[in-house]
Amino acid sequence: MRLLKDALARRAMGLVTALPGLLVLLIVVGLFLKSKAILGVQPLSKLLFSSAWHPLKGEFGLLPFITGTVWVTMTALVLAVPVSILAAVYLSEYAPRWVRESAKPVIDLLAGLPSVVYGVWGVLLVVPFVGEVLAPLAGVYSSGYSILAGGIVLAIMTFPTIIHVTLEVFSTVPAALRDASLSLGATKWETTRHVVLRKGAQGILAASVLGFSRAFGETMAVLMVVGNVPVVPRSLFDPGYPLPALIANNYGEMMSVPRYDAALMMAAFVLMLIVLFFNVLARRTLSRVERRVR
Amino acid sequence: MKPLPDGRIAGRKRIDVFFRVLAAASAAAVLLSLLVILGTILWKSIPALSLSMLTQTPKGGFYLGKEGGILNAIVGSLYLGLGATALALLLSLPLALYLNEYKGRASKTAVWTRFFLDVLWGVPSIVYGAFGFVVMLALGLRASLLAGILTVALLEFPIMTRAIDEVMRLVPRELKEASASLGATRFETALKVMVRQSAPGILTGVLLAFGRGIGDAASVLFTAGFTDRVPTSLADPAATLPLAIFFQLGTPFPEVQQRAYASAAVLTLIILIISLAGRAMSRKVTRHVVK
Repeated sequence: MRLLKDALARRAMGLVTALPGLLVLLIVVGLFLKSKAILGVQPLSKLLFSSAWHPLKGEFGLLPFITGTVWVTMTALVLAVPVSILAAVYLSEYAPRWVRESAKPVIDLLAGLPSVVYGVWGVLLVVPFVGEVLAPLAGVYSSGYSILAGGIVLAIMTFPTIIHVTLEVFSTVPAALRDASLSLGATKWETTRHVVLRKGAQGILAASVLGFSRAFGETMAVLMVVGNVPVVPRSLFDPGYPLPALIANNYGEMMSVPRYDAALMMAAFVLMLIVLFFNVLARRTLSRVERRVR
Repeated sequence: MKPLPDGRIAGRKRIDVFFRVLAAASAAAVLLSLLVILGTILWKSIPALSLSMLTQTPKGGFYLGKEGGILNAIVGSLYLGLGATALALLLSLPLALYLNEYKGRASKTAVWTRFFLDVLWGVPSIVYGAFGFVVMLALGLRASLLAGILTVALLEFPIMTRAIDEVMRLVPRELKEASASLGATRFETALKVMVRQSAPGILTGVLLAFGRGIGDAASVLFTAGFTDRVPTSLADPAATLPLAIFFQLGTPFPEVQQRAYASAAVLTLIILIISLAGRAMSRKVTRHVVK
Protein backbone atom coordinates (compact mmCIF):
# COMPACT_ATOMS: atom_id res chain seq x y z
CA MET A 1 0.00 0.00 0.00
CA ARG A 2 2.70 2.45 0.94
CA LEU A 3 4.74 1.33 -2.02
CA LEU A 4 1.76 1.86 -4.28
CA LYS A 5 1.36 5.36 -2.96
CA ASP A 6 5.03 5.98 -3.56
CA ALA A 7 4.82 4.72 -7.13
CA LEU A 8 1.76 6.85 -7.82
CA ALA A 9 3.39 9.95 -6.35
CA ARG A 10 6.48 9.27 -8.41
CA ARG A 11 4.48 9.14 -11.64
CA ALA A 12 2.52 12.27 -10.80
CA MET A 13 5.61 14.24 -9.89
CA GLY A 14 7.40 13.00 -12.97
CA LEU A 15 4.59 14.43 -15.06
CA VAL A 16 4.85 17.82 -13.40
CA THR A 17 8.57 17.82 -14.14
CA ALA A 18 7.88 17.80 -17.86
CA LEU A 19 5.98 21.05 -17.41
CA PRO A 20 8.74 23.69 -17.70
CA GLY A 21 10.06 22.39 -21.00
CA LEU A 22 6.58 21.85 -22.30
CA LEU A 23 5.52 25.35 -21.30
CA VAL A 24 8.39 26.97 -23.21
CA LEU A 25 7.40 24.95 -26.25
CA LEU A 26 3.70 25.71 -25.84
CA ILE A 27 4.27 29.45 -25.59
CA VAL A 28 6.39 29.51 -28.74
CA VAL A 29 4.00 27.28 -30.71
CA GLY A 30 0.86 28.99 -29.41
CA LEU A 31 2.07 32.47 -30.32
CA PHE A 32 3.31 31.27 -33.69
CA LEU A 33 0.00 29.65 -34.60
CA LYS A 34 -1.86 32.83 -33.72
CA SER A 35 0.49 35.03 -35.69
CA LYS A 36 0.65 32.81 -38.76
CA ALA A 37 -2.33 34.58 -40.31
CA ILE A 38 -0.30 37.76 -40.83
CA LEU A 39 2.38 35.95 -42.81
CA GLY A 40 -0.17 35.11 -45.49
CA VAL A 41 -0.85 38.81 -46.03
CA GLN A 42 2.62 40.24 -45.63
CA PRO A 43 5.99 38.61 -46.16
CA LEU A 44 8.20 38.35 -43.09
CA SER A 45 10.83 40.74 -44.43
CA LYS A 46 8.27 43.50 -44.91
CA LEU A 47 6.82 42.82 -41.50
CA LEU A 48 10.17 43.17 -39.76
CA PHE A 49 11.82 45.89 -41.84
CA SER A 50 9.01 48.17 -42.95
CA SER A 51 8.24 51.24 -40.88
CA ALA A 52 4.72 51.72 -42.24
CA TRP A 53 2.31 51.10 -39.36
CA HIS A 54 -1.25 51.65 -40.56
CA PRO A 55 -3.42 48.89 -39.13
CA LEU A 56 -6.55 50.27 -40.78
CA LYS A 57 -4.95 50.04 -44.20
CA GLY A 58 -3.63 46.61 -43.40
CA GLU A 59 0.02 47.69 -43.22
CA PHE A 60 1.88 46.25 -40.28
CA GLY A 61 5.57 47.23 -40.26
CA LEU A 62 7.19 46.41 -36.94
CA LEU A 63 10.43 48.29 -37.60
CA PRO A 64 9.65 51.41 -35.49
CA PHE A 65 8.79 49.19 -32.56
CA ILE A 66 11.80 46.97 -32.90
CA THR A 67 14.18 49.95 -33.13
CA GLY A 68 12.32 51.60 -30.25
CA THR A 69 12.91 48.55 -28.08
CA VAL A 70 16.56 48.34 -29.06
CA TRP A 71 17.18 52.05 -28.36
CA VAL A 72 15.56 51.98 -24.94
CA THR A 73 17.27 48.75 -23.96
CA MET A 74 20.68 49.93 -25.11
CA THR A 75 20.33 53.24 -23.27
CA ALA A 76 19.40 51.35 -20.14
CA LEU A 77 22.36 49.00 -20.47
CA VAL A 78 24.89 51.76 -21.10
CA LEU A 79 23.72 53.35 -17.86
CA ALA A 80 23.20 50.20 -15.83
CA VAL A 81 26.14 47.93 -16.66
CA PRO A 82 29.07 50.10 -15.44
CA VAL A 83 27.23 51.22 -12.32
CA SER A 84 26.07 47.68 -11.47
CA ILE A 85 29.49 46.14 -11.96
CA LEU A 86 31.22 48.83 -9.91
CA ALA A 87 28.58 48.43 -7.20
CA ALA A 88 29.15 44.68 -7.23
CA VAL A 89 32.92 45.25 -7.04
CA TYR A 90 32.41 47.47 -4.03
CA LEU A 91 30.05 45.05 -2.29
CA SER A 92 32.23 42.01 -2.91
CA GLU A 93 35.75 43.45 -2.63
CA TYR A 94 35.75 46.62 -0.55
CA ALA A 95 32.68 46.77 1.63
CA PRO A 96 32.75 45.76 5.28
CA ARG A 97 30.61 42.79 6.19
CA TRP A 98 27.69 44.70 7.67
CA VAL A 99 27.33 46.85 4.57
CA ARG A 100 27.25 43.77 2.37
CA GLU A 101 24.67 42.08 4.59
CA SER A 102 22.40 45.09 4.77
CA ALA A 103 22.68 45.80 1.05
CA LYS A 104 21.11 42.45 0.19
CA PRO A 105 17.55 43.15 1.36
CA VAL A 106 17.67 46.56 -0.33
CA ILE A 107 18.61 44.98 -3.66
CA ASP A 108 15.95 42.30 -3.22
CA LEU A 109 13.37 44.97 -2.54
CA LEU A 110 14.45 46.91 -5.62
CA ALA A 111 13.93 43.73 -7.62
CA GLY A 112 10.53 43.15 -6.04
CA LEU A 113 9.01 46.57 -6.68
CA PRO A 114 6.19 46.27 -9.25
CA SER A 115 6.93 47.77 -12.63
CA VAL A 116 3.90 50.05 -12.38
CA VAL A 117 5.47 51.64 -9.32
CA TYR A 118 8.64 52.28 -11.33
CA GLY A 119 6.43 53.75 -14.03
CA VAL A 120 4.66 56.13 -11.64
CA TRP A 121 8.01 57.19 -10.24
CA GLY A 122 9.29 57.74 -13.76
CA VAL A 123 6.35 59.99 -14.58
CA LEU A 124 6.77 61.92 -11.33
CA LEU A 125 10.52 62.45 -11.38
CA VAL A 126 12.41 61.18 -14.42
CA VAL A 127 10.16 62.60 -17.14
CA PRO A 128 10.23 66.18 -15.78
CA PHE A 129 13.96 65.83 -15.13
CA VAL A 130 14.63 64.84 -18.73
CA GLY A 131 12.22 67.40 -20.16
CA GLU A 132 13.14 70.40 -18.01
CA VAL A 133 16.79 69.82 -17.08
CA LEU A 134 18.57 67.49 -19.49
CA ALA A 135 16.91 68.54 -22.75
CA PRO A 136 17.61 72.28 -22.32
CA LEU A 137 21.17 71.39 -21.33
CA ALA A 138 21.52 69.48 -24.58
CA GLY A 139 19.89 72.36 -26.41
CA VAL A 140 16.89 70.46 -27.72
CA TYR A 141 13.21 70.48 -26.96
CA SER A 142 11.67 67.38 -25.43
CA SER A 143 8.45 66.72 -23.60
CA GLY A 144 10.41 64.43 -21.33
CA TYR A 145 8.49 61.38 -22.48
CA SER A 146 11.46 59.98 -24.35
CA ILE A 147 13.85 57.13 -24.99
CA LEU A 148 16.16 58.59 -22.37
CA ALA A 149 13.48 58.61 -19.65
CA GLY A 150 12.61 55.01 -20.50
CA GLY A 151 16.31 54.12 -20.41
CA ILE A 152 16.87 55.68 -16.99
CA VAL A 153 13.87 53.93 -15.43
CA LEU A 154 14.85 50.63 -17.05
CA ALA A 155 18.45 50.99 -15.90
CA ILE A 156 17.34 51.13 -12.28
CA MET A 157 15.08 48.13 -12.85
CA THR A 158 17.99 46.08 -14.23
CA PHE A 159 20.42 46.97 -11.41
CA PRO A 160 19.29 44.09 -9.17
CA THR A 161 19.54 41.47 -11.93
CA ILE A 162 23.05 42.43 -12.99
CA ILE A 163 24.37 43.02 -9.46
CA HIS A 164 22.94 39.76 -8.18
CA VAL A 165 24.46 37.60 -10.91
CA THR A 166 27.78 39.48 -10.88
CA LEU A 167 28.10 39.04 -7.12
CA GLU A 168 27.57 35.32 -7.55
CA VAL A 169 30.25 35.21 -10.24
CA PHE A 170 32.71 37.14 -8.04
CA SER A 171 32.12 34.73 -5.18
CA THR A 172 33.33 31.86 -7.40
CA VAL A 173 36.76 33.51 -7.79
CA PRO A 174 38.99 31.71 -5.27
CA ALA A 175 40.22 33.86 -2.40
CA ALA A 176 43.69 32.34 -2.79
CA LEU A 177 44.07 34.06 -6.18
CA ARG A 178 43.27 37.43 -4.62
CA ASP A 179 45.71 36.79 -1.79
CA ALA A 180 48.44 35.82 -4.24
CA SER A 181 47.97 39.06 -6.15
CA LEU A 182 47.90 41.16 -2.99
CA SER A 183 51.03 39.49 -1.66
CA LEU A 184 52.89 40.51 -4.82
CA GLY A 185 52.25 44.10 -3.83
CA ALA A 186 49.32 44.81 -6.09
CA THR A 187 46.84 47.34 -4.76
CA LYS A 188 43.27 46.31 -4.10
CA TRP A 189 42.09 47.85 -7.37
CA GLU A 190 44.90 46.20 -9.38
CA THR A 191 43.90 42.88 -7.86
CA THR A 192 40.26 43.49 -8.71
CA ARG A 193 41.06 44.50 -12.27
CA HIS A 194 43.61 41.85 -13.15
CA VAL A 195 42.30 38.94 -11.12
CA VAL A 196 38.64 39.26 -10.18
CA LEU A 197 37.36 41.05 -13.28
CA ARG A 198 39.44 38.93 -15.62
CA LYS A 199 38.42 35.65 -14.02
CA GLY A 200 34.81 36.75 -13.93
CA ALA A 201 34.71 38.31 -17.41
CA GLN A 202 32.50 35.64 -18.94
CA GLY A 203 30.13 35.69 -16.01
CA ILE A 204 29.89 39.47 -16.11
CA LEU A 205 29.02 39.29 -19.77
CA ALA A 206 26.33 36.74 -19.03
CA ALA A 207 24.98 38.97 -16.24
CA SER A 208 24.75 41.87 -18.67
CA VAL A 209 22.96 39.71 -21.22
CA LEU A 210 20.45 38.65 -18.58
CA GLY A 211 19.96 42.31 -17.73
CA PHE A 212 19.47 42.98 -21.42
CA SER A 213 16.76 40.40 -21.83
CA ARG A 214 15.04 41.58 -18.67
CA ALA A 215 15.01 45.13 -19.99
CA PHE A 216 13.98 44.03 -23.46
CA GLY A 217 10.67 42.59 -22.34
CA GLU A 218 9.79 45.11 -19.65
CA THR A 219 6.40 46.56 -20.43
CA MET A 220 4.49 48.80 -18.08
CA ALA A 221 7.23 51.00 -16.67
CA VAL A 222 8.60 51.79 -20.11
CA LEU A 223 5.18 52.22 -21.63
CA MET A 224 4.38 54.90 -19.09
CA VAL A 225 7.40 57.12 -19.74
CA VAL A 226 8.54 56.55 -23.29
CA GLY A 227 5.93 58.54 -25.21
CA ASN A 228 4.58 55.87 -27.56
CA VAL A 229 4.90 57.48 -30.99
CA PRO A 230 5.28 54.89 -33.75
CA VAL A 231 8.23 56.38 -35.66
CA VAL A 232 11.85 55.32 -35.80
CA PRO A 233 13.55 57.46 -33.13
CA ARG A 234 16.45 59.73 -34.16
CA SER A 235 17.80 60.87 -30.80
CA LEU A 236 17.65 60.03 -27.13
CA PHE A 237 15.20 62.84 -26.56
CA ASP A 238 12.72 61.52 -29.12
CA PRO A 239 9.78 59.48 -28.01
CA GLY A 240 9.83 55.82 -28.95
CA TYR A 241 7.38 52.94 -29.02
CA PRO A 242 8.82 49.61 -27.87
CA LEU A 243 7.33 46.23 -28.81
CA PRO A 244 5.90 45.32 -25.40
CA ALA A 245 4.20 48.71 -25.19
CA LEU A 246 2.64 48.14 -28.60
CA ILE A 247 1.13 44.87 -27.46
CA ALA A 248 -0.12 46.27 -24.18
CA ASN A 249 -1.59 49.46 -25.63
CA ASN A 250 -3.64 47.89 -28.37
CA TYR A 251 -5.15 44.84 -26.78
CA GLY A 252 -8.52 46.57 -26.65
CA GLU A 253 -8.95 47.28 -30.33
CA MET A 254 -7.22 44.30 -31.77
CA MET A 255 -10.42 42.38 -32.28
CA SER A 256 -12.09 45.02 -34.40
CA VAL A 257 -9.42 45.50 -37.09
CA PRO A 258 -8.77 42.51 -39.36
CA ARG A 259 -5.33 40.87 -38.98
CA TYR A 260 -4.55 43.25 -36.12
CA ASP A 261 -4.55 40.49 -33.53
CA ALA A 262 -2.25 38.36 -35.68
CA ALA A 263 0.16 41.30 -36.05
CA LEU A 264 0.24 41.84 -32.30
CA MET A 265 0.76 38.15 -31.65
CA MET A 266 3.59 38.34 -34.16
CA ALA A 267 5.09 41.13 -32.07
CA ALA A 268 4.81 38.91 -28.98
CA PHE A 269 6.33 36.03 -30.92
CA VAL A 270 9.32 38.11 -32.06
CA LEU A 271 9.78 39.37 -28.51
CA MET A 272 9.67 35.85 -27.12
CA LEU A 273 12.21 34.56 -29.63
CA ILE A 274 14.70 37.36 -28.99
CA VAL A 275 14.43 37.04 -25.22
CA LEU A 276 14.63 33.26 -25.46
CA PHE A 277 17.78 33.45 -27.57
CA PHE A 278 19.62 35.77 -25.18
CA ASN A 279 18.42 33.90 -22.11
CA VAL A 280 19.65 30.58 -23.41
CA LEU A 281 22.96 32.17 -24.33
CA ALA A 282 23.45 33.71 -20.88
CA ARG A 283 22.37 30.61 -18.97
CA ARG A 284 24.72 28.38 -20.96
CA THR A 285 27.64 30.70 -20.25
CA LEU A 286 26.78 30.85 -16.57
CA SER A 287 26.52 27.11 -16.14
CA ARG A 288 29.90 26.77 -17.88
CA VAL A 289 31.40 29.29 -15.46
CA GLU A 290 29.90 27.36 -12.57
CA ARG A 291 31.22 24.04 -13.80
CA ARG A 292 34.74 25.39 -14.22
CA VAL A 293 34.83 26.36 -10.57
CA ARG A 294 33.97 22.87 -9.36
CA MET B 1 67.56 46.43 -7.58
CA LYS B 2 66.62 50.04 -7.36
CA PRO B 3 63.60 50.80 -5.19
CA LEU B 4 60.65 52.15 -7.13
CA PRO B 5 60.45 55.91 -7.06
CA ASP B 6 57.98 57.19 -4.52
CA GLY B 7 55.97 58.96 -7.18
CA ARG B 8 54.90 55.72 -8.86
CA ILE B 9 53.69 54.12 -5.71
CA ALA B 10 51.82 57.27 -4.81
CA GLY B 11 50.28 57.23 -8.27
CA ARG B 12 49.14 53.64 -7.95
CA LYS B 13 47.70 54.42 -4.58
CA ARG B 14 45.82 57.37 -5.98
CA ILE B 15 44.31 55.18 -8.67
CA ASP B 16 43.33 52.66 -6.02
CA VAL B 17 41.61 55.32 -3.93
CA PHE B 18 39.91 56.73 -7.02
CA PHE B 19 38.34 53.42 -7.95
CA ARG B 20 37.46 52.66 -4.39
CA VAL B 21 35.49 55.90 -4.18
CA LEU B 22 33.92 55.30 -7.61
CA ALA B 23 32.80 51.80 -6.66
CA ALA B 24 31.44 52.99 -3.33
CA ALA B 25 29.59 55.81 -5.07
CA SER B 26 28.02 53.34 -7.51
CA ALA B 27 26.86 51.11 -4.70
CA ALA B 28 25.49 54.12 -2.87
CA ALA B 29 23.65 55.26 -6.01
CA VAL B 30 21.97 51.88 -6.36
CA LEU B 31 20.91 51.74 -2.72
CA LEU B 32 19.80 55.38 -2.72
CA SER B 33 17.63 54.87 -5.80
CA LEU B 34 15.33 52.67 -3.72
CA LEU B 35 15.02 55.42 -1.11
CA VAL B 36 14.34 58.03 -3.78
CA ILE B 37 11.63 55.89 -5.38
CA LEU B 38 9.90 55.08 -2.10
CA GLY B 39 10.26 58.67 -0.93
CA THR B 40 8.79 60.19 -4.09
CA ILE B 41 5.83 57.82 -4.20
CA LEU B 42 4.93 58.23 -0.54
CA TRP B 43 5.43 62.00 -0.58
CA LYS B 44 3.22 62.52 -3.63
CA SER B 45 0.54 60.21 -2.33
CA ILE B 46 -0.07 61.97 0.97
CA PRO B 47 -2.63 64.52 -0.31
CA ALA B 48 -4.87 61.83 -1.84
CA LEU B 49 -4.46 59.10 0.72
CA SER B 50 -7.58 58.63 2.83
CA LEU B 51 -9.61 55.92 4.49
CA SER B 52 -12.44 56.10 1.97
CA MET B 53 -9.89 55.40 -0.70
CA LEU B 54 -9.31 52.00 0.85
CA THR B 55 -12.85 51.10 1.87
CA GLN B 56 -15.00 52.18 -1.07
CA THR B 57 -15.46 50.98 -4.59
CA PRO B 58 -15.43 53.60 -7.37
CA LYS B 59 -18.65 55.64 -7.46
CA GLY B 60 -20.12 57.17 -10.60
CA GLY B 61 -17.65 59.57 -12.19
CA PHE B 62 -14.75 58.25 -10.17
CA TYR B 63 -12.46 58.57 -13.14
CA LEU B 64 -13.52 62.18 -13.54
CA GLY B 65 -12.43 63.00 -10.01
CA LYS B 66 -15.60 62.21 -8.06
CA GLU B 67 -16.09 60.13 -4.91
CA GLY B 68 -14.96 56.59 -4.40
CA GLY B 69 -12.00 54.37 -3.66
CA ILE B 70 -9.99 51.48 -4.99
CA LEU B 71 -11.42 48.68 -2.88
CA ASN B 72 -12.33 46.78 -6.05
CA ALA B 73 -8.70 46.76 -7.15
CA ILE B 74 -7.28 45.89 -3.72
CA VAL B 75 -9.64 42.96 -3.27
CA GLY B 76 -9.25 41.89 -6.89
CA SER B 77 -5.47 41.88 -6.59
CA LEU B 78 -5.57 39.89 -3.37
CA TYR B 79 -7.95 37.27 -4.83
CA LEU B 80 -5.84 37.02 -7.92
CA GLY B 81 -2.57 36.82 -6.01
CA LEU B 82 -3.88 34.22 -3.55
CA GLY B 83 -5.45 32.05 -6.24
CA ALA B 84 -2.42 32.16 -8.49
CA THR B 85 -0.01 31.52 -5.65
CA ALA B 86 -1.99 28.52 -4.42
CA LEU B 87 -2.13 27.09 -7.92
CA ALA B 88 1.57 27.71 -8.52
CA LEU B 89 2.46 26.06 -5.21
CA LEU B 90 0.47 23.01 -6.24
CA LEU B 91 2.84 22.63 -9.19
CA SER B 92 6.06 23.95 -7.67
CA LEU B 93 6.22 21.81 -4.57
CA PRO B 94 5.92 18.41 -6.30
CA LEU B 95 8.36 19.51 -8.97
CA ALA B 96 10.98 20.67 -6.49
CA LEU B 97 10.49 17.52 -4.42
CA TYR B 98 10.83 15.31 -7.47
CA LEU B 99 14.06 16.98 -8.55
CA ASN B 100 15.60 16.70 -5.10
CA GLU B 101 14.25 13.42 -3.77
CA TYR B 102 13.77 11.16 -6.78
CA LYS B 103 16.36 12.54 -9.17
CA GLY B 104 20.00 13.07 -8.43
CA ARG B 105 21.33 16.59 -8.22
CA ALA B 106 23.30 16.29 -11.43
CA SER B 107 20.94 14.01 -13.34
CA LYS B 108 20.03 15.04 -16.86
CA THR B 109 16.39 15.61 -15.96
CA ALA B 110 17.32 17.89 -13.09
CA VAL B 111 19.82 19.92 -15.10
CA TRP B 112 17.45 20.42 -18.02
CA THR B 113 14.44 21.19 -15.86
CA ARG B 114 16.40 23.85 -14.01
CA PHE B 115 17.56 25.27 -17.29
CA PHE B 116 14.01 25.55 -18.60
CA LEU B 117 12.85 27.09 -15.33
CA ASP B 118 15.56 29.73 -15.63
CA VAL B 119 14.48 30.42 -19.19
CA LEU B 120 10.83 30.70 -18.11
CA TRP B 121 11.86 33.09 -15.36
CA GLY B 122 13.23 35.40 -18.03
CA VAL B 123 10.13 35.36 -20.22
CA PRO B 124 8.59 38.86 -20.13
CA SER B 125 5.22 39.12 -18.41
CA ILE B 126 3.64 40.65 -21.51
CA VAL B 127 4.42 37.40 -23.33
CA TYR B 128 2.67 35.46 -20.57
CA GLY B 129 -0.20 37.87 -21.01
CA ALA B 130 -0.40 37.26 -24.74
CA PHE B 131 -0.05 33.52 -24.24
CA GLY B 132 -2.70 33.52 -21.53
CA PHE B 133 -4.96 35.38 -23.93
CA VAL B 134 -4.41 32.75 -26.63
CA VAL B 135 -5.17 29.95 -24.17
CA MET B 136 -8.19 31.82 -22.88
CA LEU B 137 -9.64 32.07 -26.39
CA ALA B 138 -8.84 28.41 -27.05
CA LEU B 139 -10.71 27.39 -23.91
CA GLY B 140 -13.60 29.71 -24.67
CA LEU B 141 -13.14 31.77 -21.50
CA ARG B 142 -13.82 35.47 -21.23
CA ALA B 143 -11.54 37.90 -19.44
CA SER B 144 -12.18 36.85 -15.86
CA LEU B 145 -10.69 36.26 -12.46
CA LEU B 146 -10.11 32.63 -13.45
CA ALA B 147 -8.20 33.46 -16.63
CA GLY B 148 -6.15 35.99 -14.68
CA ILE B 149 -5.35 33.46 -11.98
CA LEU B 150 -4.23 30.90 -14.57
CA THR B 151 -1.94 33.38 -16.33
CA VAL B 152 -0.38 34.76 -13.16
CA ALA B 153 0.11 31.21 -11.86
CA LEU B 154 2.18 30.47 -14.96
CA LEU B 155 4.21 33.60 -14.30
CA GLU B 156 4.78 32.69 -10.63
CA PHE B 157 5.50 29.02 -11.21
CA PRO B 158 9.17 29.26 -12.30
CA ILE B 159 9.99 31.87 -9.66
CA MET B 160 8.54 29.78 -6.87
CA THR B 161 9.96 26.48 -8.07
CA ARG B 162 13.49 27.83 -8.37
CA ALA B 163 13.31 29.40 -4.91
CA ILE B 164 12.04 26.16 -3.31
CA ASP B 165 14.51 24.08 -5.29
CA GLU B 166 17.42 26.20 -4.01
CA VAL B 167 16.56 25.54 -0.36
CA MET B 168 15.79 21.85 -0.89
CA ARG B 169 19.23 21.38 -2.37
CA LEU B 170 20.62 22.32 1.01
CA VAL B 171 18.83 19.53 2.91
CA PRO B 172 21.66 17.30 4.16
CA ARG B 173 21.87 13.86 2.63
CA GLU B 174 22.25 12.19 6.00
CA LEU B 175 18.77 13.31 6.91
CA LYS B 176 17.26 11.61 3.87
CA GLU B 177 19.32 8.50 4.51
CA ALA B 178 18.21 8.38 8.14
CA SER B 179 14.61 8.52 7.00
CA ALA B 180 15.14 5.79 4.42
CA SER B 181 16.89 3.56 6.94
CA LEU B 182 13.80 3.71 9.14
CA GLY B 183 11.85 2.13 6.30
CA ALA B 184 10.17 5.24 4.93
CA THR B 185 9.38 5.31 1.24
CA ARG B 186 10.76 8.17 -0.78
CA PHE B 187 7.35 9.81 -0.90
CA GLU B 188 7.13 9.72 2.89
CA THR B 189 10.63 11.10 3.18
CA ALA B 190 9.70 13.86 0.77
CA LEU B 191 6.58 14.88 2.67
CA LYS B 192 7.75 14.45 6.22
CA VAL B 193 11.43 15.31 6.03
CA MET B 194 12.10 17.48 2.99
CA VAL B 195 9.06 19.71 3.34
CA ARG B 196 9.52 20.29 7.05
CA GLN B 197 13.23 20.81 6.80
CA SER B 198 12.88 23.42 4.09
CA ALA B 199 9.68 25.04 5.42
CA PRO B 200 11.23 28.48 5.98
CA GLY B 201 12.63 28.52 2.46
CA ILE B 202 9.35 27.37 0.96
CA LEU B 203 7.58 30.19 2.73
CA THR B 204 10.08 32.72 1.42
CA GLY B 205 9.62 31.38 -2.10
CA VAL B 206 5.83 31.51 -1.82
CA LEU B 207 5.88 35.10 -0.60
CA LEU B 208 8.36 36.11 -3.28
CA ALA B 209 6.09 34.69 -5.96
CA PHE B 210 3.01 36.24 -4.33
CA GLY B 211 4.63 39.66 -4.39
CA ARG B 212 5.60 39.24 -8.01
CA GLY B 213 2.12 38.08 -8.95
CA ILE B 214 0.28 40.85 -7.15
CA GLY B 215 2.45 43.55 -8.68
CA ASP B 216 2.39 42.39 -12.25
CA ALA B 217 0.29 44.35 -14.68
CA ALA B 218 1.19 43.24 -18.17
CA SER B 219 0.03 39.66 -17.69
CA VAL B 220 -3.42 40.54 -16.37
CA LEU B 221 -4.06 43.30 -18.86
CA PHE B 222 -5.51 40.88 -21.41
CA THR B 223 -6.77 38.20 -19.12
CA ALA B 224 -8.36 39.51 -15.92
CA GLY B 225 -10.28 42.40 -17.42
CA PHE B 226 -11.28 45.40 -15.30
CA THR B 227 -14.39 46.29 -13.37
CA ASP B 228 -15.58 48.72 -10.75
CA ARG B 229 -17.20 45.99 -8.67
CA VAL B 230 -15.64 43.53 -6.29
CA PRO B 231 -15.63 40.14 -8.05
CA THR B 232 -17.97 37.57 -6.54
CA SER B 233 -17.17 34.55 -8.68
CA LEU B 234 -14.31 33.13 -10.71
CA ALA B 235 -16.12 33.99 -13.94
CA ASP B 236 -16.37 37.71 -13.09
CA PRO B 237 -13.77 40.09 -14.44
CA ALA B 238 -11.52 41.42 -11.69
CA ALA B 239 -9.82 44.78 -11.22
CA THR B 240 -6.19 44.76 -10.12
CA LEU B 241 -4.13 47.42 -8.36
CA PRO B 242 -1.42 47.81 -11.01
CA LEU B 243 -4.01 48.32 -13.73
CA ALA B 244 -6.01 50.69 -11.53
CA ILE B 245 -2.85 52.78 -11.13
CA PHE B 246 -2.19 52.67 -14.85
CA PHE B 247 -5.71 53.72 -15.84
CA GLN B 248 -5.92 56.48 -13.25
CA LEU B 249 -2.60 57.92 -14.35
CA GLY B 250 -3.83 57.87 -17.94
CA THR B 251 -6.74 60.25 -17.25
CA PRO B 252 -6.23 63.96 -17.87
CA PHE B 253 -7.57 65.00 -14.44
CA PRO B 254 -5.07 65.97 -11.72
CA GLU B 255 -7.35 64.68 -8.94
CA VAL B 256 -7.47 61.24 -10.51
CA GLN B 257 -3.73 61.25 -11.14
CA GLN B 258 -3.26 62.07 -7.47
CA ARG B 259 -5.21 58.92 -6.72
CA ALA B 260 -2.90 56.97 -8.98
CA TYR B 261 0.01 58.06 -6.76
CA ALA B 262 -1.93 57.04 -3.69
CA SER B 263 -2.79 53.67 -5.25
CA ALA B 264 0.88 53.19 -6.10
CA ALA B 265 1.73 53.90 -2.47
CA VAL B 266 -0.82 51.28 -1.37
CA LEU B 267 0.69 48.71 -3.74
CA THR B 268 4.21 49.57 -2.59
CA LEU B 269 3.17 49.20 1.04
CA ILE B 270 1.62 45.79 0.32
CA ILE B 271 4.87 44.68 -1.34
CA LEU B 272 6.94 46.06 1.56
CA ILE B 273 4.75 44.24 4.10
CA ILE B 274 4.99 40.96 2.18
CA SER B 275 8.75 41.26 1.97
CA LEU B 276 9.19 42.14 5.66
CA ALA B 277 6.70 39.48 6.75
CA GLY B 278 8.64 36.94 4.71
CA ARG B 279 11.81 37.81 6.53
CA ALA B 280 10.20 37.71 9.95
CA MET B 281 8.18 34.54 9.39
CA SER B 282 10.91 32.51 7.78
CA ARG B 283 12.77 32.81 11.07
CA LYS B 284 9.73 31.64 13.02
CA VAL B 285 8.80 28.47 11.17
CA THR B 286 12.08 26.82 12.04
CA ARG B 287 10.40 24.72 14.76
CA HIS B 288 10.74 21.46 12.83
CA VAL B 289 14.10 22.19 11.29
CA VAL B 290 16.97 19.94 12.30
CA LYS B 291 20.14 21.93 12.50
